[in-house]
Amino acid sequence: MAVKAKHQRLVLLLVALVVLIGAGLLAAWALRNQASYFYVPNEIVADPPAPDRAVRLGGMVEKGSLKTEADGVTIAFIVEDGKARVPVTFQGIVPSLFVEGSGVVAEGRMGKDGTFVADNLLAKHDENYVPREMQEMTAAQADRVVAETQ
Amino acid sequence: MIAEFGLAALWLAAALAALQLVAGAFGLTRRGAALGGIVRPVAVVQGLLALVSFLCLIYVFAVTDLSVKLVAMNSHSMKPLVFKIAGAWGNHEGSMLLWVTVMGMAGGFVALIERRLPEPTMLATLAGQAFVSLGFYAFLLIASNPFERLSPVPAEGNGLNPLLQDLGLAFHPPTLYLGYVGLSVAFSFAIGALVTREVGPAFARAMRPWVMGAWIFLTVGITAGSYWAYYELGWGGWWFWDPVENASLMPWLAATALLHSASVLAARNALRAWTIMLGVVAFSMSMIGTFLVRSGILTSVHAFAVDPERGSFILALLAINIGGALTLFALRAATVTEGERFALVSREGALVFNNVMLSAILGIVLFGTLYPLVAEAMGAKVSVGPPYFNPMGALFTVPMLIVLAVGPLLRWRRDAFGRVGKRLVIPAMLGAAGVIALLVIGGVAFLPFIGLVLAVGLAWASLMPLRERNLRRTPLPVWGMVIAHFGIAVALFGMSSESAFSVEKLVAVRPGETTQVGPWLVRLEKVEPVAGPNWTALEAELKVRYKGSDPVTTRPQSRSFWAPPQQTSESSLLTRWNGQLYSVLGGEAEDGRWQLRLWWKPFVTLIWLGGLLIALGGVLALIGRVKSDLRRHIARDKIADRRESQGR
Repeated sequence: MAVKAKHQRLVLLLVALVVLIGAGLLAAWALRNQASYFYVPNEIVADPPAPDRAVRLGGMVEKGSLKTEADGVTIAFIVEDGKARVPVTFQGIVPSLFVEGSGVVAEGRMGKDGTFVADNLLAKHDENYVPREMQEMTAAQADRVVAETQ
Repeated sequence: MIAEFGLAALWLAAALAALQLVAGAFGLTRRGAALGGIVRPVAVVQGLLALVSFLCLIYVFAVTDLSVKLVAMNSHSMKPLVFKIAGAWGNHEGSMLLWVTVMGMAGGFVALIERRLPEPTMLATLAGQAFVSLGFYAFLLIASNPFERLSPVPAEGNGLNPLLQDLGLAFHPPTLYLGYVGLSVAFSFAIGALVTREVGPAFARAMRPWVMGAWIFLTVGITAGSYWAYYELGWGGWWFWDPVENASLMPWLAATALLHSASVLAARNALRAWTIMLGVVAFSMSMIGTFLVRSGILTSVHAFAVDPERGSFILALLAINIGGALTLFALRAATVTEGERFALVSREGALVFNNVMLSAILGIVLFGTLYPLVAEAMGAKVSVGPPYFNPMGALFTVPMLIVLAVGPLLRWRRDAFGRVGKRLVIPAMLGAAGVIALLVIGGVAFLPFIGLVLAVGLAWASLMPLRERNLRRTPLPVWGMVIAHFGIAVALFGMSSESAFSVEKLVAVRPGETTQVGPWLVRLEKVEPVAGPNWTALEAELKVRYKGSDPVTTRPQSRSFWAPPQQTSESSLLTRWNGQLYSVLGGEAEDGRWQLRLWWKPFVTLIWLGGLLIALGGVLALIGRVKSDLRRHIARDKIADRRESQGR
C-alpha cells in the first residue's frame, strides 16, 4: 500500500496525471468520432456522411417545395444552395420563422436513399439570435445574388 | 441624473478597488503595516458603491428611462414591471455590472465578517479580490458602460427577447452569478494563502463556508436553469449540453471537488497544494464560462450580440488572472509542505478518487465545449452534443458514484473494505433487484439502465452514515452530507427514468378528437385566441385523463410577442407524483387540425427535486459549520475573559 511510499504527494500527482491525460486522450478520440459536422447541400451530395452519423445540413428552403404529409405533423421540403438540392423530412413542430425561401439548419442524419431525416430544425429566431452557420450562409447567399445579377 | 449617479458610483468603486489593492499589498510590508488597517473598510465601501450603481441601473430600467442607451436597446414601456427589472441584467452590460456588484459585495462581506485568517493572509486575500475586480471594473467602464446616454431619445425601446420574459429569468442569472462570482472568494483565498504560505487546516476551515455558499447558489442556479430551459424552450429536454449550460456546470464540478478536498485539508491536513489549485481552477472556470458566453464566440440562446473587441478584452482579463494565479502557484506550490499521509483505502483515499473523477469530468466537458472553436480554427464547422457528452461523462461518473456509496462509511487514515462490506450488502442487493426488474421490463438503453440501478443502490447507501448514530445528536454537516448524497441518487433516478421511460406523441387532431400518450388520454376541446400585456396567443384547451381518473384541463399556448416580434411556445405541465405530462401546441394543419406534441415523463421532477436536495444538504452543512465556529468563538472569548478576570 502507498502509505510507505516516501513521497505520497508524488504518487498521488502521478495517478491524477495519468487519469487526467487518459481522460484527455479519450475525449479527443470521442470528439473526432462524435462531433457533428456541418454540411451544405453541395458537400453532402458529393460526399455523403455515414447514415448513422449525426450531422447538420444548412441551406435555403426551396420555394414551392414544402409539403405536409397526411398525418399533419410530417413535413418534407428541399434544401438547396444553388448547386445541389437535398430532400429533407422532419416530424415535429416547425419553428415559427421557418418559411420557404429562407435559411434553415437541420440537425439529423443522411438516409441511404439520399433523403435527410431531421430531428430538429433551427431557423432564425430574431435579429439577436441567428444560428452561427446561418449568419455566414446569408453572406454566401448575398454573394450568389451579386453573382447572378452581374 | 440617476444614470450619472450610478456611473459616478461605479468610478468611485473602481478607484476604491485600486486603493484596496495598493493598501493590501503595502500592508504586507513592514513599512506599510499602517496602511493595512484601511483595507477592510475600503473593501466594504467598495462593495456598497457597486451595489448603489447596480440599484441605479435597476431604477432606470424600472422607470424605462429611454434616454439611457441600454434601456432603449433592451426594454419596452409596455412590459410588466418584474420583467423591466429583470431586463436590467438580461443584457451584456447589465450582467457585467451584476458581476462586479456581486464581486465587490463578496469581498466586502469577507472583509466584514471573516476573522479566522491571520491578518497578512487576509490582506493578501483582499488585495487579490481587488485585483480581479479592478479588471472587471475597467472592462465595464471602458468597453461596456451600462449608463451611456442616447441622443435623440427614442419614443420606444426595442424590447426584451420574449424567451427571457419569464419569471425564471428574474432569479436564474442572479443566482448563478452569486455562485460564479462567489467563487472569486475561493480564488482570492488561494492567492492569499500562496502569498503568505499559510496553508493548513485553519485556512481550509476559513475558506470552506465561502466555497459552500457559492456552491449552494451554483447548485440552485443550475437546477433552476435546467427547469427553465425544460418548460420555456418547449423541446421537452432538460439539459442540452449547450455551451452556456456547460459554462455553469464546469465551475460547479470544480467547486464540488474543492469542497471535498477542503474537508480533507480541514480534518486531516492533507491535500494542501491540491486544494489551493482547485481554488484557482474553480473561479477560472467561472471566468472561462463568462468569456465563452459574453464574447459571442459560441452561439447560444444565452449569447447576447457583442462585438469582438469585448471578447478580446475579456480574453486578456482571463489570461492575466488565470495566468498570474497559475504562475504564483507554480512558484509557491513546492514550498507548501507535504501534508499527512493516508492509506489507499481510507476516507481520504475515497475523496481523492472523487476529486480525480470530478476533474476528469471537468476536463471532458471543457474539451467538448472548446472543441468547436478549435475545429473552426482548422476550418471545420462542428458541434458537439449528447453523443459525446453522455457516454464520456458517464465513463467517469459511474465509478465516482460507486465510490460515493462507499466513501462516507470509511474511516480517516486507514480502513479495510471488509469492515464496510457488510453494510453495503443491502444497497448491492437493491441494485441487483433493480437489474432484474429492468431486465423484466426490457428495452431500457444501457446508460439509463446503469443509472437506475446505481440510483437505487446509492439512495440506500447514502443513508448508511446515519446508522448507529443518535439522530438528534448527529451534527448538521453530517446531515448535510447525507442529504446531498441522497439528492444525487434522487436526481440520477429522475434523469435515468426520464431517458428510459418517456413516451412521446406527435399528432395533428381536430377539436373533439382524443389521443393517447402513455397512461394519459388527451382530448383537444378547442383552440382560442387569448391576450396578455405584451403578447397575443393561441391557447389550446386539453382535457386529459390519467388512467380513467377525472379529467383535468391543461392549456398550452403559442404566443406571439410584438416587441420584438417573435413567437414562443408556452408548454403546459401537469405534475403528478410519478411524473409530468408535458404538452405543446404547434401550428394549424390545413384541414382544421392542430399539431400537438405530448410527452409523458415518468419521475422527471426528481431531477430538480434531487438538485434542490443537494443544495439543501449544502445549506445544512453551512449552518452547522457557522454555528460551531460561533460556539468556538464564544468559548474562546469566555476563556479570555476568565483569564483576564483571574489576572486581576
